[in-house]
Amino acid sequence: MDWTLWVEWFIKALVVIFAILTGFAYLTLYERRALARIQTRIGPNRAGPQGLLQPIADALKLFFKEEFTPARADKVLFVLAPVMTVVPAMIIAAVIPFGTQFTLPFLNRPVTLYVADINVGVIYLTAIASIAVYGIVLAGWSSNNKYALLGGMRSSAQMISYEIALGICFVIAILLGNSMSLLKIVEAQKDIWFAVIQPVGALIFMITTLAEVNRAPFDMPEAEQELAAGYHSEYSGMKFALFFMAEYEKMIVISMIAATLYFGGYREFWFLKDTWFSVDQHWWLGPIYLLLKVIVLLFFMIWIRATWPRIRYDRLMAFGWKVLLPLSLALVFITALGILLADQFGAIYIWTIPVLSIIAGLVTTLLTNLSLRRKVAHA
Amino acid sequence: MTIDFILFLILALVAIAAALGMLLSRNAVYSALFLVLNFGTVAVFYILLNAPFIAMAQVSVYAGAIMVLFLFVIMLLGTETLPPSKSLPWQRPLAFILALILAGEATYLLLVRKAASGPIPQPVDTFGSPQAVGQALFNSYLLPFEITSVLLLVAMVGAIVLTQKDKGK
Repeated sequence: MDWTLWVEWFIKALVVIFAILTGFAYLTLYERRALARIQTRIGPNRAGPQGLLQPIADALKLFFKEEFTPARADKVLFVLAPVMTVVPAMIIAAVIPFGTQFTLPFLNRPVTLYVADINVGVIYLTAIASIAVYGIVLAGWSSNNKYALLGGMRSSAQMISYEIALGICFVIAILLGNSMSLLKIVEAQKDIWFAVIQPVGALIFMITTLAEVNRAPFDMPEAEQELAAGYHSEYSGMKFALFFMAEYEKMIVISMIAATLYFGGYREFWFLKDTWFSVDQHWWLGPIYLLLKVIVLLFFMIWIRATWPRIRYDRLMAFGWKVLLPLSLALVFITALGILLADQFGAIYIWTIPVLSIIAGLVTTLLTNLSLRRKVAHA
Repeated sequence: MTIDFILFLILALVAIAAALGMLLSRNAVYSALFLVLNFGTVAVFYILLNAPFIAMAQVSVYAGAIMVLFLFVIMLLGTETLPPSKSLPWQRPLAFILALILAGEATYLLLVRKAASGPIPQPVDTFGSPQAVGQALFNSYLLPFEITSVLLLVAMVGAIVLTQKDKGK
């Protein structure tokens, strides 16, 4: 193995990490501005033009804040917990493809636009996502504070529950892409996005990712009026900043995963396939397309936070286990059936998947609505 | 080969240290975390052996799902720290005898039966790939696979039935 390969890997890893860190800084600004716009406020616009220097000002403020460690806290784990939250959020991006490849002009060597293309990429995602629970649980426990502990408990229960439906949505993308490599899944969406073939799967994926990153309306671990600030009640200064960072990094990364699995990843819109705008013609369009898709998906997350109130905790668990899990299992069945039909009788039968899954989604919505209504009638 | 060997040595040391830490720490949360570290090193072993699928499955099943539940239970019950020196009287002699038997067996296998070891056949390229695992699970071992899943389901239903409050009373 020649040393230039190591240099290439090192540089690519650094670029990905810096991209996510910059993304985090500007996502905070993006969220504050977008929320302000939705709530007819102005938002932060003082530091720099349009508030563009606001993230830097925030970072400086957090550096100079006092760090406080509770006397009865478990010191080792108290320091380790924020680190264990941030690290999975970063390393999960290693398998996401940002584009195809290009040739370096002078060295004449091809450089691929992803850190690693392993044939078990999707399982890597689930493995790292399941590791991410530890940081939050340990933060709650090591603070030695009952609100923090309850927050940690809630988050672990919630993340484990929603991980199952999330994993099943991964399975749908694996079935449609016929591979576990994210690169092959993206290339399989050359002709049409998986979100068009399996719209309900994409929707469930988006819902479960909201629960996985503890965003509104599933932000039970940090429900202010019940738990103070949940698992990070006792954290201040840079340690709090790390939790904050992890949440926003996870938002970015999970949007990238959603874009990769269901919205064509770095590929153009399918109707631009053979035009100038295709990634096959110009490799540098790949990261730009991915960035555009991530920005749109992030806007949906912010929009949801601005629109919906928090869901009650028991409803949240019931929704995960009794609605999302059976529905996603049904979707796997429908997807497999559609692929089988398309194999046997011709490609047109692939359209049984969206038809049947939309019917399944509507039936589920109807039944959920009915069961909720009956409860109201009882009371 | 040499890089693999150095990696193996370091990983083995970490794995043993983590296992010892899990046994010796008096705090159940630390024990659980040491066990997670141990599972992590075992996963890296699998990657060294060219089986990334099993490595990822190891991380997501053991480290990600089972140990999180362990931690959950430990924290929920509030039994983090053991009371000092509450060992069972018959535990030490029994452990001594069992360890002796294990050492004897290992000595026998290494010294007496060493002639039996031949060249190890090289695995094929697709060994341990998701396709190979899937083919094996759903073709050759379909019945055991289905029975295992039914057993797990029954165990889960049983646990739910046991913990459910009796609504009749």
